[in-house]
Amino acid sequence: MPKAIVDGVEVEFEHGMSVLQVAELAGAEIPRFCYHDRLSVAGNCRMCLVEVEDQRGRAPKPAASCALPCSDGLMVHTRTDKVKKAREGVMEFLLLNHPLDCPICDQGGECDLQDQAQAFGRDGSRFAENKRAVEEKYMGPLIKTIMTRCIQCTRCVRFATEVAGTEDIGLLNRGEHAEISTIEQAVQSEMSGNLVDICPVGALTSKPYAFTARPWELRKTSSVDAMDAVGANIRIDARGRSVLRVLPRLHEDVNEEWLADKSRHAIDGLSRQRLDRPYVRENGKLRPASWDEAFKAVVDRFNATAADKIAAIAGDQCDAESMFALKTLMDAKGVKSMDCRQDGAALGEGGNRSGWLFNTTIAGLEEADVVVLVGSNPRWEAPLINARIRKRFLTGELQVFGVGAPHDLSYETTWVGAGPQTLHDILDGRTPAADALRTAKKPVIIVGQGAVAREDGAAVLNIAGQIAEKYNAIQDGFNGFNVLHTAAARVAGLDMGFLPGEGGKGMGEIIAGAQSGDIEMVYLLGADEFDTETLRNAFVVYQGHHGDAGASVADVILPGSAYTEKNGLFVNTEGRVQASRLATFAPGDAREDWTILRALSGALGKPLPFDDLGALRQAMVAAVPHMGGVDQIEAAEWALPGVAGDMQDAAFEPIINNYYMTCPISRTSKTMAECTEVYMAGSLDQAREAAE
Amino acid sequence: MLADQDRIFTNLYGQHDWRLKGAQARGVWDNTKAMVTLGRDRVIDLVKASDLRGRGGAGFPTGLKWSFMPKESALPHYLVVNADESEPGTCKDRDILRFDPHRLLEGMLLAGFGMGAHTGYIYIRGEFYNEASNIEQAILEAREAGLLGEKSEATNGWNFDIHLHRGAGAYICGEETALLESLEGKKGQPRLKPPFPAGAGLYGCPTTVNNVETIAVVPEILRRGVEWWTGLGPERNRGTKLFCISGHVERPCNVEEEMGIPLRELLDKHAGGVRGGWDNLLAVIPGGSSVPCITQDVCNDINMDFDSLRAVKSGLGTAAVIVMDKSTDIIQAIGRLAHFYKHESCGQCTPCREGTGWMHRVLDRMAKGQADVEEIDMLLEVSYQIEGHTICALGDAAAWPVQGLIRNFRPVMEARLSGKKVDVAEAMAVAAE
Repeated sequence: MPKAIVDGVEVEFEHGMSVLQVAELAGAEIPRFCYHDRLSVAGNCRMCLVEVEDQRGRAPKPAASCALPCSDGLMVHTRTDKVKKAREGVMEFLLLNHPLDCPICDQGGECDLQDQAQAFGRDGSRFAENKRAVEEKYMGPLIKTIMTRCIQCTRCVRFATEVAGTEDIGLLNRGEHAEISTIEQAVQSEMSGNLVDICPVGALTSKPYAFTARPWELRKTSSVDAMDAVGANIRIDARGRSVLRVLPRLHEDVNEEWLADKSRHAIDGLSRQRLDRPYVRENGKLRPASWDEAFKAVVDRFNATAADKIAAIAGDQCDAESMFALKTLMDAKGVKSMDCRQDGAALGEGGNRSGWLFNTTIAGLEEADVVVLVGSNPRWEAPLINARIRKRFLTGELQVFGVGAPHDLSYETTWVGAGPQTLHDILDGRTPAADALRTAKKPVIIVGQGAVAREDGAAVLNIAGQIAEKYNAIQDGFNGFNVLHTAAARVAGLDMGFLPGEGGKGMGEIIAGAQSGDIEMVYLLGADEFDTETLRNAFVVYQGHHGDAGASVADVILPGSAYTEKNGLFVNTEGRVQASRLATFAPGDAREDWTILRALSGALGKPLPFDDLGALRQAMVAAVPHMGGVDQIEAAEWALPGVAGDMQDAAFEPIINNYYMTCPISRTSKTMAECTEVYMAGSLDQAREAAE
Repeated sequence: MLADQDRIFTNLYGQHDWRLKGAQARGVWDNTKAMVTLGRDRVIDLVKASDLRGRGGAGFPTGLKWSFMPKESALPHYLVVNADESEPGTCKDRDILRFDPHRLLEGMLLAGFGMGAHTGYIYIRGEFYNEASNIEQAILEAREAGLLGEKSEATNGWNFDIHLHRGAGAYICGEETALLESLEGKKGQPRLKPPFPAGAGLYGCPTTVNNVETIAVVPEILRRGVEWWTGLGPERNRGTKLFCISGHVERPCNVEEEMGIPLRELLDKHAGGVRGGWDNLLAVIPGGSSVPCITQDVCNDINMDFDSLRAVKSGLGTAAVIVMDKSTDIIQAIGRLAHFYKHESCGQCTPCREGTGWMHRVLDRMAKGQADVEEIDMLLEVSYQIEGHTICALGDAAAWPVQGLIRNFRPVMEARLSGKKVDVAEAMAVAAE
């Protein structure tokens, strides 16, 4: 390996690294503004200047270390007087036209410019002229701009064009008049919130969070996101009882350092329309009740109903513990009708785990050379996975094909068909997708919920599996067959078998049963994503955190906790087990969900065999061993999923029509409502027209 | 003084026909085939041996630059001619473009042959409308005559074609990598180096960017022989050079002269001398707006070549000689140049974007006497904070005139700023001692 000497410290580095990276390896601190690990190198801020020296001697000019490839034997000096002076000079220039409004700037306390001015700047300014002022720009409902603070590092331009895949942001004009602008249009991306993170100054700040808090007032909790099935690692910043913001946490294999807009900005929904006390329906109206009253109502009905007329449905944002507790309770009471697939997806049959996981893994996408999307719009179903596909696409080594409704995915996609028939064509070697698959080394099939949440879902899943087998997607150490989930709870539910037992009813039958009278009592654990009106004839217990679809038909409401308010395990679409942590307490009388079920089990006379979360987890790990490996993926043994059968002609329908509203939290969020208005107007009209 | 038979640009003043016929009558396109027959390596070796240095301002050895082009490569090679002549005071390329376009085209063919390029681009300044028109017509003539294009028989079968691209008037697009960006249809902002254009230039392919004059003299060097060329001018500064003399002289003009000609001789013989006599000379900017000015005592016996001017902390640059007599307000004059660089900064990198405006504003105040004497040192320091810290050389170009001003005319500045009546001449004399 080549070696370099940084400030007298010899360090080995990999070929192709920049001087800045090598200096960091050696432990030298190099200040920077424009440089960002995950973006192209612009080299324009000039803050990272260092002196370099080779056999020919010391270079006459300092070099921008971010843009200079390190060569073998190079000597790098980061602490000389010349470097110090250069940094001070650049710092002074940057501050010339930067307003000194730190006291009213939201970036204050976590501002790169502030920190580096402190560390590398001069003590005062010699600039006696007037400062420049720049007009604010409109970047959409999530980003507030104070462009006078901009230092033209162009990180936002590069993020938008490279990662988000939208050319909405650019640098206008030249010289002193250079401005970042969007030409008055909202940034067309589901990843736009990241612009705020990458902006090193307070030019782009979070609009919903404006003037809300100072970073040092916040309690920071590491957790995972539950807005989609990616399981992005997040940091929840809270003050008192309210969650004030959510930021991404670095996880190279999941979200890198990005976060999708819904995960970041739906949190204002956490404080609206909350179920903060139990309710019981009396004379057709819900009235506040005590826990005892509520439990009594549930117990009375439970005991009066035969087990085969009781059903339980788990929602999309449940933690694994509460689902496990509910399942254990239902098992104990002999209830067989259980389901965690509110959308009726034909997944989970036969316990073939490879048939419901994103087997390639998210990071594994970076090896793919052909991706075939089946009934999926990853841009809305999992923006971060979409960003990974785009990342791979940008290397020029990936071709993407789609089967389903065409959609702008931010990379070039060849749409080869609309429905199951096209899958036949691909399997039989027709269509351009088949041609590409035939020569692919690492082909990847991604099956979305839009392809399996339909009557012929099992057959679609099966043929997708056949395609994977035929085109050599199943290899030693690589599995190119993937199911892309949209629900954070789904994989855990499938893994633990929150599915109809022998003779039990599944989702569709439960609904039909509720209408026909075969099902008399339904226990909803945070389940809101189906037409709950169909349960009107049954006695409905709703345990959850928001007054949404489930609560509206409930006869008893047991207030639970949202994902930010409990310690729980989530399994993401890859099968990665991750832990969420309690950041704030649930409001009012609401409780952590597993404790509600534990208490209810006592009232039912069948106390669950665990008294604390540790014991619950032990029991769960005993039943589902891989739940014990936090941040691990237990790879699934390949078997052909689904059931071969006839397929319909109907095209695959999109599973999400409005990215910004997919769960009770995001539906009550004002910010998401604004986003819907700004971004979804066109799409929703289209969906409405299609429906008509 | 350069003998008439040694002149290359025999239609510098446009009195003859610029078209193909007229050009051929003056010897252009004469036996080009023979030069192509020399072979690629030989052409580069000859240019190297001639010690030709780039005429665009930096004076980089041309043959060496060409030799950076890869010998074998799967990618196409490109020759790009920088005709974005925008340096204040400079107007030499313009006269080549409009009065002697074929000399450039022939040079491009030979240079392209030397570096293995089949395609050449001329990036011409947007304001040069008539010049672009002449070049365009010259290209068409050359194609029709079988000198350019696929059927080029006069070139020993070397296929070479030329495309003209008009810029939009940005000074920064004269910087070679910004020029390439602009040529690709992007915003004209300099690129980071490395990679250098010879490795990854236009559309990511090996590219060499040369100045118009550099390319235009190549055919004559090859035709008349390297010995002829190296017989002119001092060591390492060989050949002839176009000088653009402007400012306070009796007859501002463009003239081809031998490298290393004494400045005084240049001004006296060709421009009718300094207005009001040699003693009325205040300062000269010897190489276009971006080089530091030199005072009269330096001007007395300075030779006009790269190394001599470098030795006096100035530069030959583009050889645009801007003469200022004693009626000049030197602070305001340099302030005006600072304004130019502020206006033309691309805004990409920090020191230039912020620093040029700062210098301009301070100089503006200084010209009016509205500054403190201490600010002179601050201004000098600011100029050093810009110099060498930027992506391209525009930062240096903006800093040097200011440094030249402070180095040479500090007493004038101090006098203006202190508000006291000071005999400037006396103060200068004291400072000189």
